[in-house]
Amino acid sequence: MSADHRICDPLDVATIKADFPILARQVHGRRLVYLDSAASSQKPRQVLDAMQDFSVTSYANVHRGVYSIAVEADEGFEAARDAVARFIGAPSSRSVVFTKNVTEAINLVAHSWGRSNLGAGDSILLTEMEHHANIVPWLMLAEEKGFEIRYLPVADDHTLDLTDLDRLIDGVKLVSVTAMSNVLGTLNPIERLAAAAHAAGALILVDAAQWVPHLPTDVVAWDADFVGFTGHKLLGPSGIGVLWAREELLEAMPAFLGGGAMIRDVRLDGWTPNEIPWKFEAGTPPITEAVGLHAAIDYLTGLGMEAVRKHEVALTGYALRTLNERFGDDITIHGPSEPAQRGGVLSLAFRDVHPHDLSQILDQHGVCVRAGHHCAKPLMRRLGVGATARASLYVYNDESDVDALADALEATSTFFG
Amino acid sequence: MAGLEDLYREIILDHYRSPRNRGALEVPPAVRSEGFNPLCGDEITVYLAVADGVVEDVKIEAQGCSISQSSASMLSMAVKGKPVDEVRDISRQFLAMMHTHESSLEGDDEQVAVDEKALGDLAALQGVVKFPPRIKCATLAWYTLGQGLDEAAGAAPT
Ligand SMILES: Cc1ncc(COP(=O)(O)O)c(C=O)c1O
Repeated sequence: MSADHRICDPLDVATIKADFPILARQVHGRRLVYLDSAASSQKPRQVLDAMQDFSVTSYANVHRGVYSIAVEADEGFEAARDAVARFIGAPSSRSVVFTKNVTEAINLVAHSWGRSNLGAGDSILLTEMEHHANIVPWLMLAEEKGFEIRYLPVADDHTLDLTDLDRLIDGVKLVSVTAMSNVLGTLNPIERLAAAAHAAGALILVDAAQWVPHLPTDVVAWDADFVGFTGHKLLGPSGIGVLWAREELLEAMPAFLGGGAMIRDVRLDGWTPNEIPWKFEAGTPPITEAVGLHAAIDYLTGLGMEAVRKHEVALTGYALRTLNERFGDDITIHGPSEPAQRGGVLSLAFRDVHPHDLSQILDQHGVCVRAGHHCAKPLMRRLGVGATARASLYVYNDESDVDALADALEATSTFFG
Repeated sequence: MAGLEDLYREIILDHYRSPRNRGALEVPPAVRSEGFNPLCGDEITVYLAVADGVVEDVKIEAQGCSISQSSASMLSMAVKGKPVDEVRDISRQFLAMMHTHESSLEGDDEQVAVDEKALGDLAALQGVVKFPPRIKCATLAWYTLGQGLDEAAGAAPT
């Protein structure tokens, strides 16, 4: 229908789609149109095969194994760590800690660094657009330690309002901020915030859960202190996440969870911690998941993260144009209006159809979008809505998926005229 | 396969478009109870004026999807002017209708016979059971009503 709008796409999406077995399935007799990658992405055959092959040929517990397959498992696990380090521009693999997800990565920083550095009279700075994962761990710790939590507000154009940055950042010990909003798609100025944090004598933690899967990442260029992300949003499996931190910080921080692998020695009356990063990896880690994450990183690296970003800017632009042209005042798309300033996360308000009802009707057309508060209730209050319907784009989406979304939106008038 | 027509019955959409008994009552003498659906952000406040064992008036403030809103509206019509015992019975019947799934998982499930006539318009919400994620939308107002009835019972002069 919008042939004149065809975008110039650096990715060969038809070939990419064929790599994702789930995209071949039908729902309610329709092609599956998956537009919920901001919640979790789908996995290409390459990731599924890597996990299957590893399980079939080399699986064993990691660390300390002497026999051949245990050595292979160890190599596979540590190779994944190396791949993560290269992918995010980390200076060393020692600074890459595997966690369960980004939520655990942030909790690790709160419990380890936060518990030993924050107390009454201290303050930290968050933003109004954080995911609950970057609010609740701090609220929990603040209840115990009595430090103050400040928030950078969200401006009317849905970017961060930095007008009062100097005042708000003055005296804080930590700035913890999302690199990209999972509701608005807003990309935040991490380098600027890092510079301001350091000038104020604070550290900066970046919740990069929505950034790392979609844009080239360089933790050194950011000048970040802590960066967390999660495997299941970047074509990898659930159950594995990453905390990257500057080595000196990890060295100085006390261990978080206690147990096997994180110790060097245990006596009946005491223990000594292992070296970093293992000091923070108590218990059997997500081994097969690490192998899957490695394959996902290889897949994205093969596409090229610059190309991934260009694809998403072009497709987001196509989606904004198509939806606004077809629905005009009937649709509100939250977030910055300029595709270059945002990621491919489109939170919608459509006529007065409640997001739940919208998502239900779209499902009947095979279109998967998430309805709800997206674990960002303070942001929902700021936007003055209880919930939104959110369509999010990734490497396997193209114009046909956006068109399917628009066609399905049309169909809501059957019930909600 | 469950079609959307099973979910979005005309009578449900009618209650959604024109919700009955909207508003608030003065507290006290009325009691006020609040319910939340933490998954989707739906919110509801139920005001009950109970005197001499009868729900004399009910008002509802709510925001949410068509299912939660219509269920709340139908609730208000079903309970207004009824004795508390009867209201509890309607509530039990409605919740039983919504949980036809789960009851079979429990060992000795207490079978509540669903009397569609007594439920009136509410029977139209039966289709929701085919859409499990939406059951919580339909039951939110009812659990909130239950809290209100408990509170009214506690507050009643003995
Ligand atoms: C910005 C952001 N932070 C944190 C999370 C939490 O991710 P996880 O559930 O994998 O810990 C998400 C995704 O749900 C997110 O989008």
